[in-house]
Amino acid sequence: MSHVLKVAAFSLGTVGLFAAYSNYGIPQITPAEPPRQESIEASGMTTAEYAALGGRIFSGKGSCTLCHNAVGGRAPPLDRAAGVAAERLADPRYAGQAADEAEYLYESLVEPSAYVVAGFGKTGTGDTVSPMPSMKAGATALADVEIRAVIAFLQTLSGVEVTVEPPAGPDGDGEAETAEDTRSPLGSPEEVIEEFACGTCHMVAGEEGDVGPDLTGIGAIRDREYLRRAILSPDADIAPGFEQGLMPPDYGQQLYAAELEMLVGYLADLE
Amino acid sequence: MLAVIRCALLTILAAVMAMAIALAATHASASAQQAQQTEDASAAPPAGGEARPYVPPPDLTRADYPRIGGLNGRVVVWLAAQMHLWFAAFILAVPIFVLIIEAVGMATRERRYDDLAYEFIKISIAAYSLTAILGGFLLFCLLIFYPHLTSYLAAIFKDAMFFYALLFFLESATLYVYYYGWHWLQGGVRKWVHLTVGLVLNAVGTTLMFLANAWLTFMMSPAGLDQSGVFQGDVWAAIHNHLWNPINLHRFIANIAFGGSIVGAYAAFRFLSATRAEERAHYDWMGYTANFIAISALLPLPFAGYWLAAEIYAYSQQMGITLMGGIFGWLFIIQAVLIGTLFLAANYYLWCAMGRSDGAERYNRYVKYLAAVLVGAFLVWFTPHTMVLTNEELKMLGGPYHKVLGPLGIMPAKNVAVNVMILFTVLSFLIYRRANKIAQVSWKKAGNAAQAALFSAGLSNILFLGIYHGYFTNTVYKVASSVPQVVTTLVVIAASLVIDALMYKGARQVAPLRWGRVPERAQYALFLLPVAFTWLMGLMGYIRSGIRQHWHVTGIVRDNSADAFTPTLGEAANVVSVGAILFMGMVIFVFWLGHVGTARTALADSTVGSAA
Repeated sequence: MSHVLKVAAFSLGTVGLFAAYSNYGIPQITPAEPPRQESIEASGMTTAEYAALGGRIFSGKGSCTLCHNAVGGRAPPLDRAAGVAAERLADPRYAGQAADEAEYLYESLVEPSAYVVAGFGKTGTGDTVSPMPSMKAGATALADVEIRAVIAFLQTLSGVEVTVEPPAGPDGDGEAETAEDTRSPLGSPEEVIEEFACGTCHMVAGEEGDVGPDLTGIGAIRDREYLRRAILSPDADIAPGFEQGLMPPDYGQQLYAAELEMLVGYLADLE
Repeated sequence: MLAVIRCALLTILAAVMAMAIALAATHASASAQQAQQTEDASAAPPAGGEARPYVPPPDLTRADYPRIGGLNGRVVVWLAAQMHLWFAAFILAVPIFVLIIEAVGMATRERRYDDLAYEFIKISIAAYSLTAILGGFLLFCLLIFYPHLTSYLAAIFKDAMFFYALLFFLESATLYVYYYGWHWLQGGVRKWVHLTVGLVLNAVGTTLMFLANAWLTFMMSPAGLDQSGVFQGDVWAAIHNHLWNPINLHRFIANIAFGGSIVGAYAAFRFLSATRAEERAHYDWMGYTANFIAISALLPLPFAGYWLAAEIYAYSQQMGITLMGGIFGWLFIIQAVLIGTLFLAANYYLWCAMGRSDGAERYNRYVKYLAAVLVGAFLVWFTPHTMVLTNEELKMLGGPYHKVLGPLGIMPAKNVAVNVMILFTVLSFLIYRRANKIAQVSWKKAGNAAQAALFSAGLSNILFLGIYHGYFTNTVYKVASSVPQVVTTLVVIAASLVIDALMYKGARQVAPLRWGRVPERAQYALFLLPVAFTWLMGLMGYIRSGIRQHWHVTGIVRDNSADAFTPTLGEAANVVSVGAILFMGMVIFVFWLGHVGTARTALADSTVGSAA
């Protein structure tokens, strides 16, 4: 009998250790709630708001940043996706039907194999088949209004004119970014710096972070274009003495376009 | 008489299970027809067109998920499915290695192998009825908590379910003949007949598992549907979906490792309870054999797991990244702890077991080096990449990754660690194997040198591939380099075992191997294995199911229940722990039944003997 008790105690103790490690030894991250299925009310949005909605879909429901990020190298970066559209359409490898930049982006989202960026095709297909699923089908299943919002966002990200218009009326069902998923735009650069905890790593706005470069006089040595690029693609230029990969690469998806411009302007004025 | 009652009981259980499956399929068919009629009534019939034979996937609302008795349907189904799977894995695995051991006994003409095989199957037979009961319970839970989803799946797989029910009868019949006919079918042609029955039993059991796997993999990577999720009628397409074969292989191997470890625990318990030296010797040998089976299956398991993960990525990058890079990424740190536990326990058992041999002293000094490498690899394996830190900690560390340990958090380091652990486990086994022997062949020096060269070259290649391609080339080479690493490991294992087998053929024994001369703490290593395996299977079951996130059938049937959210790892671990404790309690009950049965038989035999 003593063996039964010993073995039972040993087994229970082992299970207890595994459970304790899982509860207390690793961080308990609460996963996001599943996206809600609701009608999208995009009518009446300004173009900037529509692009901002696209940005939230890009990093939220669309899960685009899972692959299109600067770290993993699984899919091409999209910071110039609209800018290179003309070049892609003229490429002999292009197999789609698009006539302009917006159509090209639409096609890339729903028929990704129409043009596969070199090096990003499925193994063994010679870059003719994309591993990306259609954004209109499967688990993502974006509605048309959402796809157009993403296109508006990509055009904003590339710094080209936004050519897609917000819908005139309610458009379809989808798991929209609802009020719960959105935040109100921030009103000042100081609020942006506080919200995104820039001071944790940078010396800026009274904060004294030292992981990243000192930004107190950054406007004197860097222009607006450099500053915008440094926020959207942090690893594009690395300041001497600092390492690659420390700054999150997805501020382009987290910031509203207006906030980004506000922040760039604020930094450019720090002389 | 007892055997007849058991047979009858099992037949009834099998019939209940088969009837439940048939009922589910009928229910699904009726629901589908009803839905079709409703749809037809509300829509104008297509001019000259044929009615579609299959209905679209259900669009569920929260009201479609019954709340019964205040129970949480997800947790009930989760536990029922997991309990059924643990028992099913056990009873499907045992006949596989029983057949092999029986065949070894037949080839070597050593009676002890035949007795051992019979003892193994005897342990599993009591678990068979529990598996059937739990299967029926799972089906019942699915029907009452997820009626629409069950109907949708059953409408697609109703033909396969019918064959499943038939195969279940065949499985029962062959198992009875195999087990109850063991002593009757001995010698000459009869033994061949018995082996053939065993082969059929395994073929049917494996087919049953493959069919059940089709249903769950369909939920992960649905196939045979049109764009709107309507089934097109080709059930083979639905079965042969993208993840079916990787899951089949992974489960087949994992079941053997799991079954071996459970039987090892049984032997360990009997060893600890034994009062006679012969009994201890017998159960020591049984425990060693079971451990050998478990570890032999454990070694290729990481490779099968890697293939499964690669196919998940191939099917859907999103699903793959959710699996390895999202919240579930931390789960692999827990997995590393568990697999590390398994490897360390298995090696510890082998090192303790060297005490059976008088010649082992020659090798004892190497054990500490083996232990150091295994612990080092284990530490690398469970080093996380991204740290979850407060702002202050982030500042102190200089970023989210530790400057020195951070690089050990990515896959190339893990791949090196797992290959090194596997090779050093094989090395432990080789040392154990030769501990009591002295090779007699003239080329033993050359053989030893060849083995040393093999291991050195293999380890160097694994390190080179891991470090160079892992850290100095791009992602494509980083991922691709894992394949030559696996090949290197397999080549080293195969070649070193062949050399060892040839070198120690006809070797002289230092002294007779003393079965039973092993410390009791070694038996606790044999308990640690099934506990870790059980918990690990539960954890990996959670992740396999969890990566569908808020989908019952990925991208087709959305989970709109109140439980559609993904629980935290701690909550999941608690459910797995409760399930593991329930399972272990039931296994102990099964062992106790087997023990009582044996004791009664022994008593009856001795009474008959006295009377004679």
